[in-house]
Amino acid sequence: MAATANAPELRTCATTGFRVDESGRRLALAYAVAAVLMLAAGGVMAIFIALQRQGLPISDDWWYRLVASHGATMLLFWLLLFEVAALYWGSTMLLNARMRAPRVAWGVFGAMLLGIALAQWAMFSGNATVMFTAYPPLTAHPLYYLGILLFAGGVLVAICLFFANVVMARRERTYEGSLPLVVYGFAAAAIIGVYSLLTGAAAYLLLFLQSVGVLTEVDPALYRILFWGIGHGAQQVNLAAMVAVWYALIGLTLGGRPVNEGLSRFAFVLLIAFIHLGAVHHLMVDPGLGTSHRIMNTSYLLYLAVLASLIHAFSVPAGIEAAQRERGIGKGLFGWLVRAPWREPGFSSLVLSVVYFGFVAGVSGVLMGTMQLNMLIHNTLFVVGHFHATVVSGTTLAFMGISYYLLPLLARRELVGTRIARWQPYVFAGGVALLTLAMLAAGQMGVPRRVADLGYADAPVGVTQFGEGAVPLMMTLVSVGAILAVVGGVMYVWVMVRTLLVGERTDAPLANLALRFGPTAAPPPAPASELPHNGLKGRWARFEAPGTYAMVLFFLAWFVVLYVVAHFNLAQSWPVG
Amino acid sequence: MSAAGVTEHGGSPPPGGEPPRSTLTPPPRVWWKRLGPDERRWLIVAFVWCLVLFSGMYVWLGIGEQQTPIESYRITTSDFAAEADTYIADRQVGEQDGVPVVEPIPGEDVYLVASQFQFRPILRLQRDETYRLLVSSTDVQHGLSLQPTNLNFQVLPGYLYVIRVTPDETGEFPLVCNEFCGLGHHVMTGKIIVED
Ligand SMILES: [Cu+2]
Repeated sequence: MAATANAPELRTCATTGFRVDESGRRLALAYAVAAVLMLAAGGVMAIFIALQRQGLPISDDWWYRLVASHGATMLLFWLLLFEVAALYWGSTMLLNARMRAPRVAWGVFGAMLLGIALAQWAMFSGNATVMFTAYPPLTAHPLYYLGILLFAGGVLVAICLFFANVVMARRERTYEGSLPLVVYGFAAAAIIGVYSLLTGAAAYLLLFLQSVGVLTEVDPALYRILFWGIGHGAQQVNLAAMVAVWYALIGLTLGGRPVNEGLSRFAFVLLIAFIHLGAVHHLMVDPGLGTSHRIMNTSYLLYLAVLASLIHAFSVPAGIEAAQRERGIGKGLFGWLVRAPWREPGFSSLVLSVVYFGFVAGVSGVLMGTMQLNMLIHNTLFVVGHFHATVVSGTTLAFMGISYYLLPLLARRELVGTRIARWQPYVFAGGVALLTLAMLAAGQMGVPRRVADLGYADAPVGVTQFGEGAVPLMMTLVSVGAILAVVGGVMYVWVMVRTLLVGERTDAPLANLALRFGPTAAPPPAPASELPHNGLKGRWARFEAPGTYAMVLFFLAWFVVLYVVAHFNLAQSWPVG
Repeated sequence: MSAAGVTEHGGSPPPGGEPPRSTLTPPPRVWWKRLGPDERRWLIVAFVWCLVLFSGMYVWLGIGEQQTPIESYRITTSDFAAEADTYIADRQVGEQDGVPVVEPIPGEDVYLVASQFQFRPILRLQRDETYRLLVSSTDVQHGLSLQPTNLNFQVLPGYLYVIRVTPDETGEFPLVCNEFCGLGHHVMTGKIIVED
């Protein structure tokens, strides 16, 4: 930090006009590249996990190792590495600011890679087949816990550097007024990250101490509440980062902004304040908790974090709608959506991610988190379907979408493979949709998670239920969806790797984005007098985003129907209490 | 800041006017404004739905027959194993697949042991009678999943979970473990038989 005074001048990015600090750019690029490599590795594991269900001969032992590593590789390594890249990008480039303490940041990067290597070694050598959750009394090799701790500690330091960047940028007045909305969203993710990582570190520290013999025992219930501080909290980091990326994609693809800046920011504050209570979703059918405790926590205190998501569910599409209408694109209720830049991967990823996150991921999550409904869902494949809907078709798809801008900008190279990029979000989203819907359905039929053999061939007391009826069909669809999703993933990785390796070096990457991705260079904004008129009548004419309003009402109707159906199903079960 | 408008794709900002603003650039100095009519409506509707979701759980407490079990106790794994063994010895009526079959008396405490890698004993219950299942683990965490009615509970060593069930159909109902508990996770099963 002492070097700031005589540090070289910042370069001005020819594409965006932002002023770019080289060390921040390189760091963000390194994290993004590492993240993409982790995604590729996790995708390879996904193929084996899925094909084992269709008869690929993999031993049970190895199947469990693959499931364990797939979880850690995707949920922890891919997402958090990419999020650190986004944090560094947001806190330097978007604020025209310098990266603070770059040497520390590089050291942390090295420590995180070491952590990944240790954890992967432990999992693949069979020394840590405890799954992502690592529930005691199952025990793993100490180096597994140490690896995860190193990685999590690294993320924590990276978050501190993010805040240092933001604070110093403010002090040096590198930007005017308030933080850009995207950086504000990243800050929300970072704040949630702090307490998530701290509780997670506490949980893993207990296990580490037990594994080296300092502690004789770790209370399983205490561990579960600590673990879900990160197990759930990290998903909320993903959620906040994803929403921030959604807003970023509105800016990048349409030059849009939220119709009400204040409301969007308020929703991020709600998220920070209440989302961590959701950790108890995972403890809904645990012994040891009272009814009021369960209800208050599982509902994020009156569902105030769900309210935050419902606000974004309006604000994000409304931002798209407003940006389109401002340009005079699309009359009537949905013309703006029909005439949107569907060929641009950033835009298609944005819309697919928002729609799928809302209709499937969000709704299934609230159903799971409803205390009594959880009895029908806990630890079934429904849970797996839910979190693939959130972090794969939601967060991962959004991150892929922004990569098409972020990586060329960070690498200062032209994007290579634009035709593949155009199709990629559709292929990936289609695959994940099939995968998750089939998992949700199989979970409803009782299929348990993380079971290597659903035929229970070696079980003394046989179970034939999962070889009958619709279950085998659902499991086949899971595999087909997984393969399709991996194809989409390969397309993404291919474009990224080619861009990084053979993309033309340039000071102005993406300069003619509009030519590449179809008609995104929209006509110039219409004259002010024509702006408010959306061609609708009555009260709809006064709405800022009438099309969005109609869509969110439809979404709510869908939500209500599923909520009622779920309770109808619950009522069919054996009386229990 | 010199430019920004990432939307301009390398173009220059419009002459004279404000630089273009997007989600990637700082908002106007004063960014709080009144909500639009549609936003205000949605906010109200969304909050009402949140309250419905919240009170829904209390409503189901009043009207539903399927409630999350609450009663639970601390117990050491050795105590639990010993009590369960005594109970099984008292009530055993046979054996199936190497697992003891037990016929409990309705209303009494019925022990159900989860351990690597089986649920013990096999229970023979009567339809429409209520049983108090005392569930715990003697080793690691397990998941008690009663199929195909699909009721699922977490089983923790050191904690006794009291689950009251009233089977309302006859037949053989498998139990499967749905919390990963080791390399034999996929052979961990059990059974409940319900007779008239
Ligand atoms: Cu088990």
